[in-house]
Amino acid sequence: MTALEVSNKAEPDFDVIIVGAGIAGCIAAYQLAQQGRSVLLIERGEAPGSKNLSGGVLYCRGMQEVFPDFLDSAPVERRVTRNYINFLNAESSIGIDYKDTRLADPVNAVTVLRAKLDPWLAGKCEEAGVFLMSGVRVDRVLTENGATGKRVVGVKAGDDELRAHVVVAADGVNSFIAQEVGLRAKQPLNHLATGVKCVVNLPAETIEARFGVTGDEGAAFAVVGDCTEGVGGGGFMYTNTNSISVGVVLRLDDLTAKRKVATDVFDHFLTHPFIAPYLEGGEVIEYGCHMVAEGGLGMLGEIDMDGMVVVGDAAGLTLNTGLTVRGMDLAVASGVAAAVGIGASLERKDFSKAGLAGYRETLFASPEGKDMKTYAKAPAFLEVERMYKDYGELIANVLYGAFNLDTKPREHLAKVAIRAFKKSPVKVRHLISDGIAGVRAL
Amino acid sequence: MLDDDQTHIEVNQEIVKATGCGTAIAACCAARVYTEEPDGSLSVEYAACLECGTCLAVAAPGALKWHYPRGGFGIQFREG
Repeated sequence: MTALEVSNKAEPDFDVIIVGAGIAGCIAAYQLAQQGRSVLLIERGEAPGSKNLSGGVLYCRGMQEVFPDFLDSAPVERRVTRNYINFLNAESSIGIDYKDTRLADPVNAVTVLRAKLDPWLAGKCEEAGVFLMSGVRVDRVLTENGATGKRVVGVKAGDDELRAHVVVAADGVNSFIAQEVGLRAKQPLNHLATGVKCVVNLPAETIEARFGVTGDEGAAFAVVGDCTEGVGGGGFMYTNTNSISVGVVLRLDDLTAKRKVATDVFDHFLTHPFIAPYLEGGEVIEYGCHMVAEGGLGMLGEIDMDGMVVVGDAAGLTLNTGLTVRGMDLAVASGVAAAVGIGASLERKDFSKAGLAGYRETLFASPEGKDMKTYAKAPAFLEVERMYKDYGELIANVLYGAFNLDTKPREHLAKVAIRAFKKSPVKVRHLISDGIAGVRAL
Repeated sequence: MLDDDQTHIEVNQEIVKATGCGTAIAACCAARVYTEEPDGSLSVEYAACLECGTCLAVAAPGALKWHYPRGGFGIQFREG
């Protein structure tokens, strides 16, 4: 697809056109409207949120800075106070169960369902004066040749050409817009994963009893190992008010190399004897999938050019640290930073890449931007094969040696551990190298 | 909502067969849109598409033309 060349230099229809009413797009739109700018927010779904899907945990402190009443007025599901990290083997399961009342006050993370959250965000935008256009697909951007090369001057949707001083590409992980203008190259498969998820309906009391939470508290389960049949990635279970979001995220290089079928791996996880009891009796009310950027900082494309910035998933802004899997909070941070950078460029009437540099500066000065740099080595660490099979089995075999009183006299735990270690494909040098890499990456 | 008039997926069967990428496309699609036929070609049930874009990521260059359905058409999540 080539960008449409346009020579007509009419006065723009809007200060800013934002493509995509997800989290990053809505936050940028809201903040710019608050500054008094004219903003057009274009969404291809019939209603905002109807095309959007996430795993479900939003680290919400940044969102609360934009909307101080977020927790009380937004349609959030549960406040996450229990994080369960689980190594799952075919016949065993080892978990770290982290519950902490400090996570509830102040609230740090909530579960969300995007088809409910995004309409609320878009509604806030409209209240602030944003012009929302739903059910419209942007086909391409309009460009002109400027002094420093190609610059973006608007968008084309069907027969309509709409112009703005600045365009924001908030069109998600596939960002056809960022690709079209050459800001993002086709990604290698180890930078991408496919997320497969379903939502299972269950009564709130059942969810609370099964997940050991009360009231509006919730749990987030992160699972590695046999849940993905050894494919790099993991499984998750998040509690909503009256449902559970459950699914797998599968790294595409490993999924294809191991010749596994995504839907088979998903079915395997949901029917796993350690997972199925949580879902027992529930009804699947929705099934969906979404591509996930897994490359971290290494995947972050160019995020600015003359007349345009790229935010959220479209910029590759996701972060998997092994413990926390983040995307929506980065979308918020990039939306906020984009509004700052674009606001300054509108002030100075300089819409060039240099004029928009405030976006990049603000983003990387934010805690979220700094985290992208801190965890730059995490994706490579998480590609270590042993994480997804051997370590879980090794730990289980040591524990089995300790707990299985099989009428034979016990041995010292150290001996049991050494024997389990000798049987395992994990070698001392792996422990050392993975240990060092882990400390450095995480 | 199904777009009866326009498919948003086009397969270049020659490239698919020549590269053998049909297997990976069919395996990675969580919506089971693609079926690999015995001759190595791909059949497509575009109405089932959940619009994630994974097929395009694993396809050999030129094997697939895939874009979002027209505005207002395609998958509508109620939960997300």
